Amino acid sequence: MSNQTKLMHCFREAFALPADASVDGMTYQKDPVWDSVAHMRLVAGIETAFGIMFTTDQILDMSSFVKAREIVGQHGVTLEA
Amino acid sequence: MASPLKLDGKIALVTGASRGIGAAIATALAGTGAKLALTAQTLDDVTRLAEALKKKHGADCLVHAGDVADAASVQALYKQIFDRFGRLDILAANAGILGDGLLGMLPEKDIRRTLDTNILGTINHLQQAARLMRRNKSGSIIITSSIIGRAGNKGQVVYAASKAALIGAALSAAKELGPDGIRVNAIAPGMIETDMTKHLSAEICKERLSNIALGRFGTPDEVADVALFLASDLARYVTGQVIGIDGGMVI
Repeated sequence: MSNQTKLMHCFREAFALPADASVDGMTYQKDPVWDSVAHMRLVAGIETAFGIMFTTDQILDMSSFVKAREIVGQHGVTLEA
Repeated sequence: MASPLKLDGKIALVTGASRGIGAAIATALAGTGAKLALTAQTLDDVTRLAEALKKKHGADCLVHAGDVADAASVQALYKQIFDRFGRLDILAANAGILGDGLLGMLPEKDIRRTLDTNILGTINHLQQAARLMRRNKSGSIIITSSIIGRAGNKGQVVYAASKAALIGAALSAAKELGPDGIRVNAIAPGMIETDMTKHLSAEICKERLSNIALGRFGTPDEVADVALFLASDLARYVTGQVIGIDGGMVI
Protein backbone atom coordinates (compact mmCIF):
# COMPACT_ATOMS: atom_id res chain seq x y z
CA MET A 1 0.00 0.00 0.00
CA SER A 2 1.43 3.42 -0.94
CA ASN A 3 1.81 6.06 1.75
CA GLN A 4 -0.81 8.23 0.05
CA THR A 5 -3.28 5.34 0.13
CA LYS A 6 -2.33 4.64 3.72
CA LEU A 7 -3.08 8.25 4.69
CA MET A 8 -6.42 8.16 2.90
CA HIS A 9 -7.24 4.94 4.72
CA CYS A 10 -6.51 6.67 8.05
CA PHE A 11 -9.00 9.41 7.17
CA ARG A 12 -11.69 6.95 6.13
CA GLU A 13 -11.19 4.87 9.24
CA ALA A 14 -11.17 7.86 11.64
CA PHE A 15 -14.37 9.26 10.14
CA ALA A 16 -16.04 5.90 9.50
CA LEU A 17 -16.33 6.60 5.77
CA PRO A 18 -16.84 4.01 3.01
CA ALA A 19 -13.72 2.57 1.40
CA ASP A 20 -14.25 4.55 -1.79
CA ALA A 21 -15.06 7.91 -0.13
CA SER A 22 -13.11 10.91 -1.37
CA VAL A 23 -11.09 12.47 1.44
CA ASP A 24 -8.59 14.73 -0.28
CA GLY A 25 -10.87 17.80 -0.04
CA MET A 26 -11.77 17.30 3.61
CA THR A 27 -11.42 20.19 6.07
CA TYR A 28 -11.51 20.19 9.88
CA GLN A 29 -14.87 21.26 11.30
CA LYS A 30 -16.28 22.10 7.86
CA ASP A 31 -16.95 18.44 7.21
CA PRO A 32 -19.52 17.41 9.86
CA VAL A 33 -17.74 14.12 10.59
CA TRP A 34 -14.41 15.86 11.31
CA ASP A 35 -15.03 17.20 14.81
CA SER A 36 -12.49 17.46 17.64
CA VAL A 37 -13.11 13.91 18.90
CA ALA A 38 -12.65 12.47 15.42
CA HIS A 39 -9.59 14.68 15.01
CA MET A 40 -7.82 12.99 17.92
CA ARG A 41 -8.87 9.60 16.51
CA LEU A 42 -7.35 10.64 13.19
CA VAL A 43 -4.12 11.75 14.87
CA ALA A 44 -3.81 8.42 16.67
CA GLY A 45 -4.53 6.53 13.44
CA ILE A 46 -1.94 8.43 11.39
CA GLU A 47 0.71 8.22 14.11
CA THR A 48 0.19 4.48 14.41
CA ALA A 49 0.11 3.88 10.66
CA PHE A 50 3.34 5.74 10.02
CA GLY A 51 5.11 5.13 13.35
CA ILE A 52 5.51 8.84 14.03
CA MET A 53 4.56 11.32 16.77
CA PHE A 54 3.18 14.75 15.98
CA THR A 55 3.99 17.81 18.03
CA THR A 56 1.06 19.59 19.67
CA ASP A 57 1.42 22.41 17.16
CA GLN A 58 1.18 19.94 14.29
CA ILE A 59 -1.98 18.43 15.76
CA LEU A 60 -3.55 21.85 15.99
CA ASP A 61 -2.31 22.75 12.52
CA MET A 62 -3.66 19.64 10.78
CA SER A 63 -6.77 21.26 9.41
CA SER A 64 -7.19 19.49 6.08
CA PHE A 65 -6.12 16.43 4.16
CA VAL A 66 -3.64 18.56 2.24
CA LYS A 67 -2.17 19.88 5.50
CA ALA A 68 -2.01 16.36 6.91
CA ARG A 69 0.01 15.29 3.89
CA GLU A 70 2.41 18.15 4.49
CA ILE A 71 2.80 17.39 8.19
CA VAL A 72 3.31 13.67 7.67
CA GLY A 73 5.93 14.61 5.08
CA GLN A 74 7.74 16.65 7.76
CA HIS A 75 8.37 13.34 9.55
CA GLY A 76 10.37 11.98 6.63
CA VAL A 77 7.49 10.07 5.05
CA THR A 78 7.41 10.36 1.28
CA LEU A 79 3.89 10.74 -0.08
CA GLU A 80 3.22 10.13 -3.74
CA ALA A 81 1.46 12.88 -5.70
CA MET B 1 2.97 -18.06 39.90
CA ALA B 2 1.78 -15.23 37.67
CA SER B 3 0.66 -12.11 39.52
CA PRO B 4 -3.11 -11.51 39.46
CA LEU B 5 -2.24 -7.92 38.62
CA LYS B 6 -1.09 -9.06 35.17
CA LEU B 7 1.24 -6.10 34.70
CA ASP B 8 4.13 -8.17 33.36
CA GLY B 9 5.48 -6.45 30.24
CA LYS B 10 3.21 -3.43 30.58
CA ILE B 11 4.84 -0.05 29.96
CA ALA B 12 4.46 2.35 32.87
CA LEU B 13 5.56 5.95 33.29
CA VAL B 14 6.00 7.35 36.78
CA THR B 15 6.56 11.08 37.28
CA GLY B 16 8.22 12.39 40.40
CA ALA B 17 9.79 8.96 40.61
CA SER B 18 12.99 9.75 42.45
CA ARG B 19 11.65 9.46 45.99
CA GLY B 20 8.66 9.08 48.29
CA ILE B 21 5.38 7.92 46.78
CA GLY B 22 6.72 8.06 43.22
CA ALA B 23 9.66 5.81 44.02
CA ALA B 24 7.36 3.41 45.86
CA ILE B 25 4.99 3.20 42.89
CA ALA B 26 7.93 2.63 40.53
CA THR B 27 9.30 -0.08 42.80
CA ALA B 28 5.93 -1.79 43.10
CA LEU B 29 5.44 -1.72 39.33
CA ALA B 30 8.92 -3.11 38.75
CA GLY B 31 8.08 -5.95 41.12
CA THR B 32 5.20 -6.99 38.87
CA GLY B 33 7.40 -7.18 35.78
CA ALA B 34 6.33 -3.88 34.23
CA LYS B 35 8.79 -1.94 32.08
CA LEU B 36 9.33 1.56 33.35
CA ALA B 37 9.92 5.11 32.25
CA LEU B 38 10.98 7.14 35.26
CA THR B 39 11.17 10.90 35.34
CA ALA B 40 12.14 13.41 37.98
CA GLN B 41 13.76 16.81 38.20
CA THR B 42 17.28 15.49 38.51
CA LEU B 43 18.79 12.63 36.61
CA ASP B 44 21.05 11.36 39.39
CA ASP B 45 18.25 10.35 41.75
CA VAL B 46 16.13 8.68 39.14
CA THR B 47 19.13 6.89 37.64
CA ARG B 48 19.99 5.49 41.05
CA LEU B 49 16.45 4.17 41.42
CA ALA B 50 16.51 2.66 37.94
CA GLU B 51 19.77 0.88 38.68
CA ALA B 52 18.38 -0.49 41.93
CA LEU B 53 15.23 -1.72 40.21
CA LYS B 54 17.23 -3.33 37.45
CA LYS B 55 19.38 -5.13 40.02
CA LYS B 56 16.47 -6.25 42.18
CA HIS B 57 13.78 -6.98 39.59
CA GLY B 58 15.61 -6.95 36.26
CA ALA B 59 13.44 -3.98 35.35
CA ASP B 60 13.89 -2.39 31.94
CA CYS B 61 13.95 1.34 32.76
CA LEU B 62 14.11 4.48 30.67
CA VAL B 63 15.21 7.45 32.74
CA HIS B 64 14.48 11.10 32.08
CA ALA B 65 15.02 14.37 33.91
CA GLY B 66 12.97 17.48 33.32
CA ASP B 67 10.42 19.93 34.58
CA VAL B 68 6.88 18.57 34.25
CA ALA B 69 5.67 22.11 33.61
CA ASP B 70 7.84 22.31 30.48
CA ALA B 71 5.59 21.01 27.71
CA ALA B 72 8.48 20.52 25.28
CA SER B 73 10.42 18.42 27.78
CA VAL B 74 7.35 16.30 28.49
CA GLN B 75 6.68 15.81 24.79
CA ALA B 76 10.30 14.77 24.25
CA LEU B 77 9.92 12.17 27.00
CA TYR B 78 6.88 10.63 25.29
CA LYS B 79 8.78 10.50 22.02
CA GLN B 80 11.50 8.58 23.85
CA ILE B 81 8.92 6.21 25.32
CA PHE B 82 7.38 5.69 21.89
CA ASP B 83 10.78 5.06 20.29
CA ARG B 84 11.90 2.67 23.04
CA PHE B 85 8.71 0.79 23.93
CA GLY B 86 6.23 1.64 21.17
CA ARG B 87 3.37 2.26 23.57
CA LEU B 88 2.30 3.33 27.05
CA ASP B 89 -0.08 1.37 29.28
CA ILE B 90 0.13 3.12 32.64
CA LEU B 91 0.80 6.67 33.77
CA ALA B 92 1.32 7.42 37.44
CA ALA B 93 1.20 11.22 37.40
CA ASN B 94 2.72 11.78 40.77
CA ALA B 95 5.08 14.74 40.46
CA GLY B 96 4.15 17.52 42.82
CA ILE B 97 5.46 20.01 45.32
CA LEU B 98 4.18 21.44 48.57
CA GLY B 99 3.49 25.15 48.78
CA ASP B 100 2.57 26.11 52.32
CA GLY B 101 1.89 29.63 53.54
CA LEU B 102 -0.80 31.75 55.11
CA LEU B 103 -3.00 34.02 53.03
CA GLY B 104 -1.39 37.41 52.73
CA MET B 105 2.06 35.87 52.85
CA LEU B 106 2.13 33.99 49.57
CA PRO B 107 4.66 35.31 47.05
CA GLU B 108 3.29 35.18 43.53
CA LYS B 109 6.30 33.27 42.26
CA ASP B 110 5.71 30.55 44.84
CA ILE B 111 2.03 30.34 43.93
CA ARG B 112 2.88 30.02 40.26
CA ARG B 113 5.57 27.43 40.90
CA THR B 114 3.18 25.22 42.85
CA LEU B 115 0.35 25.59 40.34
CA ASP B 116 2.68 25.08 37.39
CA THR B 117 4.23 21.92 38.79
CA ASN B 118 1.13 20.36 40.23
CA ILE B 119 -1.54 21.34 37.71
CA LEU B 120 0.16 22.29 34.45
CA GLY B 121 2.70 19.50 34.86
CA THR B 122 0.01 16.88 35.36
CA ILE B 123 -2.05 18.16 32.45
CA ASN B 124 1.03 18.13 30.21
CA HIS B 125 1.42 14.44 31.01
CA LEU B 126 -2.30 13.72 30.65
CA GLN B 127 -2.26 15.18 27.15
CA GLN B 128 0.70 13.16 25.96
CA ALA B 129 -0.29 9.92 27.70
CA ALA B 130 -3.78 10.09 26.22
CA ARG B 131 -2.28 10.26 22.76
CA LEU B 132 -0.15 7.16 23.19
CA MET B 133 -2.85 5.20 25.02
CA ARG B 134 -5.54 6.04 22.45
CA ARG B 135 -3.56 4.11 19.87
CA ASN B 136 -4.09 0.86 21.78
CA LYS B 137 -7.57 1.72 23.05
CA SER B 138 -6.47 0.96 26.59
CA GLY B 139 -4.57 2.42 29.49
CA SER B 140 -4.73 3.43 33.10
CA ILE B 141 -3.86 6.85 34.45
CA ILE B 142 -3.43 7.40 38.17
CA ILE B 143 -3.17 10.98 39.34
CA THR B 144 -1.78 11.73 42.78
CA SER B 145 -4.06 14.27 44.42
CA SER B 146 -4.24 14.65 48.20
CA ILE B 147 -6.63 14.61 51.11
CA ILE B 148 -5.85 18.34 51.25
CA GLY B 149 -7.41 18.73 47.81
CA ARG B 150 -10.65 17.20 49.08
CA ALA B 151 -10.87 18.69 52.57
CA GLY B 152 -8.64 21.77 52.51
CA ASN B 153 -6.28 22.80 55.28
CA LYS B 154 -5.23 26.04 56.88
CA GLY B 155 -1.95 27.35 55.53
CA GLN B 156 -2.28 25.27 52.37
CA VAL B 157 -4.55 27.28 50.11
CA VAL B 158 -2.33 26.99 47.06
CA TYR B 159 -1.45 23.33 47.56
CA ALA B 160 -5.11 22.49 48.24
CA ALA B 161 -6.20 24.41 45.14
CA SER B 162 -3.67 22.56 43.01
CA LYS B 163 -4.65 19.15 44.35
CA ALA B 164 -8.38 19.91 44.04
CA ALA B 165 -7.72 20.90 40.43
CA LEU B 166 -6.24 17.47 39.84
CA ILE B 167 -9.45 15.84 41.01
CA GLY B 168 -11.36 17.90 38.46
CA ALA B 169 -8.82 16.95 35.82
CA ALA B 170 -9.12 13.25 36.68
CA LEU B 171 -12.92 13.28 36.61
CA SER B 172 -13.00 15.13 33.30
CA ALA B 173 -10.30 13.02 31.68
CA ALA B 174 -12.12 9.86 32.78
CA LYS B 175 -15.21 11.01 30.89
CA GLU B 176 -13.23 12.11 27.85
CA LEU B 177 -11.00 9.06 27.58
CA GLY B 178 -13.42 6.34 28.71
CA PRO B 179 -14.75 5.75 25.19
CA ASP B 180 -11.15 5.02 24.16
CA GLY B 181 -10.80 2.35 26.85
CA ILE B 182 -8.58 4.54 29.04
CA ARG B 183 -9.33 4.67 32.76
CA VAL B 184 -8.42 7.70 34.85
CA ASN B 185 -8.52 7.75 38.63
CA ALA B 186 -7.08 9.92 41.37
CA ILE B 187 -5.58 8.85 44.64
CA ALA B 188 -5.79 11.12 47.64
CA PRO B 189 -3.13 10.21 50.19
CA GLY B 190 -3.35 11.56 53.72
CA MET B 191 -0.35 11.79 56.02
CA ILE B 192 2.30 9.66 54.40
CA GLU B 193 5.86 9.34 55.68
CA THR B 194 7.86 11.05 52.93
CA ASP B 195 10.45 13.79 52.52
CA MET B 196 7.55 16.19 52.06
CA THR B 197 6.26 15.51 55.58
CA LYS B 198 9.63 15.18 57.36
CA HIS B 199 9.73 18.89 58.15
CA LEU B 200 6.64 18.76 60.36
CA SER B 201 7.22 19.50 64.05
CA ALA B 202 6.57 16.88 66.73
CA GLU B 203 3.63 18.95 67.91
CA ILE B 204 1.99 18.97 64.48
CA CYS B 205 2.69 15.26 64.04
CA LYS B 206 0.93 14.53 67.35
CA GLU B 207 -2.05 16.65 66.36
CA ARG B 208 -2.30 14.98 62.95
CA LEU B 209 -2.07 11.49 64.46
CA SER B 210 -5.00 12.27 66.75
CA ASN B 211 -7.10 12.85 63.62
CA ILE B 212 -6.27 9.52 61.99
CA ALA B 213 -8.59 6.61 62.80
CA LEU B 214 -5.87 4.01 62.26
CA GLY B 215 -3.58 5.93 64.62
CA ARG B 216 -0.50 6.10 62.43
CA PHE B 217 0.88 7.76 59.33
CA GLY B 218 0.78 5.80 56.09
CA THR B 219 3.78 4.61 54.14
CA PRO B 220 4.61 5.20 50.48
CA ASP B 221 4.25 1.44 49.93
CA GLU B 222 0.66 1.58 51.11
CA VAL B 223 -0.06 4.27 48.53
CA ALA B 224 1.77 2.27 45.87
CA ASP B 225 -0.42 -0.77 46.56
CA VAL B 226 -3.54 1.21 45.68
CA ALA B 227 -1.84 2.61 42.59
CA LEU B 228 -0.98 -0.95 41.52
CA PHE B 229 -4.61 -1.99 41.91
CA LEU B 230 -5.78 0.94 39.81
CA ALA B 231 -3.12 0.24 37.19
CA SER B 232 -4.15 -3.39 36.88
CA ASP B 233 -7.06 -5.19 35.29
CA LEU B 234 -8.40 -5.84 38.78
CA ALA B 235 -9.68 -2.26 38.48
CA ARG B 236 -10.86 -2.70 34.88
CA TYR B 237 -14.32 -1.26 35.68
CA VAL B 238 -13.05 1.55 37.89
CA THR B 239 -12.71 5.00 36.39
CA GLY B 240 -13.43 8.57 37.44
CA GLN B 241 -12.88 7.77 41.13
CA VAL B 242 -10.95 9.47 43.88
CA ILE B 243 -9.56 6.88 46.28
CA GLY B 244 -8.59 8.14 49.71
CA ILE B 245 -5.51 6.52 51.26
CA ASP B 246 -5.56 8.25 54.58
CA GLY B 247 -6.17 5.74 57.37
CA GLY B 248 -9.50 7.38 58.09
CA MET B 249 -8.08 10.85 58.54
CA VAL B 250 -10.33 13.78 59.36
CA ILE B 251 -9.19 17.33 58.73
